Amino acid sequence: MTLTEQDATTTVFRDRRRRRAQRRAAEDRDERPPGGRRPASSRVLVLVALALLTLYSVAPVWWLIVSVTKDQRDLLYSNGLWFAELNFLDNLDQVFTYNDGIFVRWMGNSLLYAGVGAAVCTLISVAAGYSLSRFSWPGRQAAMAAVIGSFLIPGAMLTLPLYLLFAEVGLVDSVWAVLIPTFISPFSVYLAKVYVDGAIPEEIIEAARIDGAGEVRIFFQIVARMMTTGSATVFLLSFVSNWNQFFLPLTMLRGEDKWTLSLGLYYWNAKRDEAGTDLTALVLTGALLSIIPLALFMIAMQRYWRTGVTLGSLK
Amino acid sequence: MTITVTKSAPAGTGPDASARRRSPRWRTLRAAKGAGFAAPFLLGFLFVFVVPVGYALYESLFSERSSGLGIGGRERVFVGFDNFSRGFEDGAFWLSIGRVLTFASIQIPVMLLLALTMALLLDTVATRTAHRYRLAFLVPYMIPGIVGTLMWMYLYSPRLGPITDVLDGLGISSNFFASEMLWVSMGNLLTWNGVGFNMLIIYGALRAVPREIFDAARVDGASEFRIAMSIKVPYVRGALVLTSMLSIIGMLQIFNEPLLFRQVAPETVTKSYTPIMFIYFQAFDSNDYGYAAALSIILAMLVGAVSFAFYKLTNRPQP
Repeated sequence: MTLTEQDATTTVFRDRRRRRAQRRAAEDRDERPPGGRRPASSRVLVLVALALLTLYSVAPVWWLIVSVTKDQRDLLYSNGLWFAELNFLDNLDQVFTYNDGIFVRWMGNSLLYAGVGAAVCTLISVAAGYSLSRFSWPGRQAAMAAVIGSFLIPGAMLTLPLYLLFAEVGLVDSVWAVLIPTFISPFSVYLAKVYVDGAIPEEIIEAARIDGAGEVRIFFQIVARMMTTGSATVFLLSFVSNWNQFFLPLTMLRGEDKWTLSLGLYYWNAKRDEAGTDLTALVLTGALLSIIPLALFMIAMQRYWRTGVTLGSLK
Repeated sequence: MTITVTKSAPAGTGPDASARRRSPRWRTLRAAKGAGFAAPFLLGFLFVFVVPVGYALYESLFSERSSGLGIGGRERVFVGFDNFSRGFEDGAFWLSIGRVLTFASIQIPVMLLLALTMALLLDTVATRTAHRYRLAFLVPYMIPGIVGTLMWMYLYSPRLGPITDVLDGLGISSNFFASEMLWVSMGNLLTWNGVGFNMLIIYGALRAVPREIFDAARVDGASEFRIAMSIKVPYVRGALVLTSMLSIIGMLQIFNEPLLFRQVAPETVTKSYTPIMFIYFQAFDSNDYGYAAALSIILAMLVGAVSFAFYKLTNRPQP
C-alpha cells in the first residue's frame, strides 16, 4: 500500500467519523425541545424509570448467566445474583456429554428446523408475494383473502388437525412433520407482498421482458436481488418463530433424537428430581446455551426484524 | 395496485414486441406463469391449512367407544355432530376459556400499560439513548418462551430462586406456586416476555407522529406529562387496540407456560386449565381424537370470528 493510498483511506475514515458526529449532533438538536430545557428533576425521574425497567428486563438473564457458573451446592446456598466458585466449564462439559451428547443433537435439530424451514419458507413466500403483487390471474383475490384470513387464526388451533392428517399419511414422528408446516406461512407471504409492492419498480421488470428475459430468470436475477432486505426480514422472523416453537414438535415428535432444544429442556426439567441425579445445573446451562445463538442472530440483524414487526403489525 | 400488461411501448422497441405483448394468448401465458410463482405456496397451503381442517371436520364426526366389557378393544363409531353438541355443553371447556379470558383481562392491561410507559419514556430521551434502552427492553423478547418460563420457574423456586430469599429477608413469606399466587407468577412471566414486542409496536406508532405537534404544545407551555397524556396517548390508540387484540388471541392459545407450571403445581394446573391444554389432553391422554378435533374447530371459529370482527373494525380490506 502506497502512502497516498493510505492517506486516502484515513481521509475516508475521518470523513465518515465527522459525518457521524454531525448526524449525532443533528439528532440531539432535534430532540431538544424548543422553549428551554426541561427541569432537571423530571429528566432524572425519566432516567430512573428507564433504569428500573432495564433492570426488570435484564436481571433474570443476569441471574441465569451467574447461575450457570455454579455447581449444585453453590446454586442452593450462595447469593443468586453474584458469582461463587467458578464451575462453568464443568457444567458445559456435563451438558455436552450427558446421555451421549444428546444436547448437541437437539441443538443441531433446532438449527435444522429453524434454518432449513426459514430458508424454504422465504423462497416460497417471496415467490408467492411476487406473484400476488405483480401478476393478475384468476383466483388471485381469493388467494389474497385466504392469506389474510388465515393469519388471523392462530397456529395452535391447527396443530391438532395437522396431527390427525399427518398420522393418516404416516408423517408423524418424522422430521417432515415439523418442517413442512414451517414452510408455509401466510404472514410471510403477506410481508413479502408488501415488500414487493414497495421495492420492485414495474418498469424494471417490463424492461427485462422487452430485453427477452424469461419470467423465471427475471424472478431469480432481478426480483430476488432487489428483495434482499425483504427476504432477510422474512427469513429472520421465520427463523425466530421456528426456533421458539414448542407445541408443534411436542405434538408431532416421539423419539428424542428428533427433538428440539425447547423440547429437550422441557423433558430434562420434568425428570430433574428423578433417580437421584439433580439435573438443575444441566437445565440451566442448556437454557443459556439455547439463548445464545438466537440472541446473537437477533442482535446482529436487529434492523430487519424491527421493520418486520412494525410493518406486519401496522398493516 | 398492480400494473401488469398494459403499458405503452417505450421508444426503441420495435412494433413486433408491442404486438406480441398485446396478444391475448400471450397474456394468458403470462398469467399462468405468474400463478406458477404462487403455486408452491398455494399447494402447501392446501396441504397444511385446508386439508387438515377438512379432515378434522370429518374426524370430529366419529368417536372411539369401548365395546361391551372392553374386551373387543375400541371401535370407531359415527356419531354425527355429537362431538360438537358435547363441546358446546362441556362446562370444563368453557370454564377454561372463561379462566383464560379473566386472566387476560388483568394481565393484558398491565402489560400494555407497562409497554406504553416504556414507549413514552423512550420518546422523551435523545434518539441515541432511546436506541440503547430499546435494545435492553427487547432482551426478554429474544428468549424462547420455554426457556423464559424455565428461568422464571427457577427464580420463583423457594429452593433456588433469589426472590423468595429477598422477600423472606423483608419478613414476607411467599410461595409463588401456591394456587392463589400462580396466576400472578404466570402473569409476571408473560408480561416480562411480551412487553418488549408491544413496546416496539407502540414506540413505532409514536415515532410516526409529526414532531411539530409536540413542539407546538411545548411552546404553548404544556408540560411533558401533559403532552404524553393528551397528545401522545390518543395518537397511539390504534397501536394499543392492535396490541391488545393480538394479546387476547395469543392468550386464548396459551399452552407452554401452564404446561411447565404443571410440573411444579399439578393439582392447581389441571388438565383442563386452558383451552389448548384441554384439547391436548383430550387427544393424547384420553385418546378422544374426534372430540379434540371438534373442540379445535369450535375454538378456531371463535378466535377467527373475534379476529375477523377486529380486522373489519380497524381495516378497510385492501386487495
